[in-house]
Amino acid sequence: MLNLYTRRRIINAVSLSISVLAMLFGLFWLCWILVTLLDHGLPALTPVVFTQMTPPPGSSGGLLNAITGSLMMTLVGTLIGTPIGILAGTYLAEFGQRGWLAPVTRFINDVLLSAPSIVIGMFIYEVYVVKIGHFSGWGGALALSVLVIPVVIRTTENMLRLVPNSLREAAAALGAPQWKVISFVTLRASRAGILTGILLAVARISGETAPLLFTALNNQFWSSNMNQPMANLPVVIFQFAMSPYEDWQRLAWAGALLITLSVLTLNIVARVVFRQSATAH
Amino acid sequence: MNAEKTITPKLVVRDLNFYYGKDRALKDINLTIPEKMVTAFIGPSGCGKSTLLRAFNRMYQLYPKQKATGEILLDGENILDKKQDLNTLRAKIGMVFQKPTPFPMSIYDNIAFGAKLYEKFSRHDMDERVEWALKKAALWTEVKDKLKQSGTGLSGGQQQRLCIARAIAVKPQVLLLDEPTSALDPISTAHIEKLIDELKEDFTIVIVTHNMQQAARVSDYTAYMYLGDLIEFGDTSTVFTNPKRKETEDYITGRFG
Repeated sequence: MLNLYTRRRIINAVSLSISVLAMLFGLFWLCWILVTLLDHGLPALTPVVFTQMTPPPGSSGGLLNAITGSLMMTLVGTLIGTPIGILAGTYLAEFGQRGWLAPVTRFINDVLLSAPSIVIGMFIYEVYVVKIGHFSGWGGALALSVLVIPVVIRTTENMLRLVPNSLREAAAALGAPQWKVISFVTLRASRAGILTGILLAVARISGETAPLLFTALNNQFWSSNMNQPMANLPVVIFQFAMSPYEDWQRLAWAGALLITLSVLTLNIVARVVFRQSATAH
Repeated sequence: MNAEKTITPKLVVRDLNFYYGKDRALKDINLTIPEKMVTAFIGPSGCGKSTLLRAFNRMYQLYPKQKATGEILLDGENILDKKQDLNTLRAKIGMVFQKPTPFPMSIYDNIAFGAKLYEKFSRHDMDERVEWALKKAALWTEVKDKLKQSGTGLSGGQQQRLCIARAIAVKPQVLLLDEPTSALDPISTAHIEKLIDELKEDFTIVIVTHNMQQAARVSDYTAYMYLGDLIEFGDTSTVFTNPKRKETEDYITGRFG
């Protein structure tokens, strides 16, 4: 019989090795993806990518229309989804103690949060694209906003719940009406967390393909008209990567690298924002 | 102490009962709190002293399952009445909590937040009010050069004085202090006790404390509570040196609690 201390040390060493192996296993694939992406994407990432439109098969070109389309639809989607998400999250956190509405909303929101994005795309196709009769940038932005809303609702509610009740009591004890307590004290106390949530939502939608395939589709030409079919990076990647043309495949790699880098940047910014506020308290 | 002061009742509690759901936390409390004096509530944990304090500004109304019956008269007017507007009541009866609760904004805005809820201020008047409140709370000299900095960056003792300044900036009539020094070091505690003594010139003060020496040091009147009952209430020196009830004596002499 080993003594207690030795036994604990052995168990500790074994569990630690298993955890480290699991971590390395996960990291290996992530690194492989990144390396492949850089390997194929970097050579393709020429200035032309940012100055020319997507080319017809067999000729060279860039991704300017797709980059613009992605930026516009992501921006509009975030602008629609964020206010709704923050307001709904505030309702759940600050008024959700009584009644049945809040638990039901929370449950539906959880379902929405994990709903496959292709379902969202088909939904917007059915309720919007079919009604107006053609694919459009607005449809794409709408589909993206439906993806933003549940993420922002969830983070807003979680962040507001982290605000200690003593802060709400202190504001109420001064005679502040509830709307002032919420807008000037509790939302303010959790603004860094909420901002992080918004950035993560933007990161999530900037790589979504399925919802755009059914709504914005694609556009070979320059178009900043949101009421027309709109080019966007994910769908262009999807289309070009599967084509037999080498020029198109190279552009697909360049686009994939662009999306990955922007998502990475957003994640880093989100972390920095959150950490700065954490040290400020 | 202060036997020469004339005694006017500020808050009168009549047959107050308090419930957390079905649990009765206060039992038929009757009590008169004199104006511009310090009244301390003492007693072991769970005796209802904080509950009683939180009834005075109806803090309990933030929570759906809590309710109070009976009457609390502020200058003769029943504040438990349904028609009483909560926010104007809380502007008249300020509160400072156990843990310092600075808002996530500048020191200046922390003070201005409450004050501008019920009064209109010009820029200049607000500057004056902030300075007045910070001076009253003995914090002015420490923060006058960093009013734009965040209130959350101050030390614990400074934060608590900031909260006191914030409460008195509204110019309430009554100040409720819920164990205001229990999270502070002895020096900050001494600061705040000195402050309480000065503040009673202008405000009626009710303080809940775990610390009996503190009650003896700062208060004019003391209420001893146990398990939701008010056991004894009277002049602090009488309660501490010559208590009428055996339970009070046991608690004060440390044989119990």
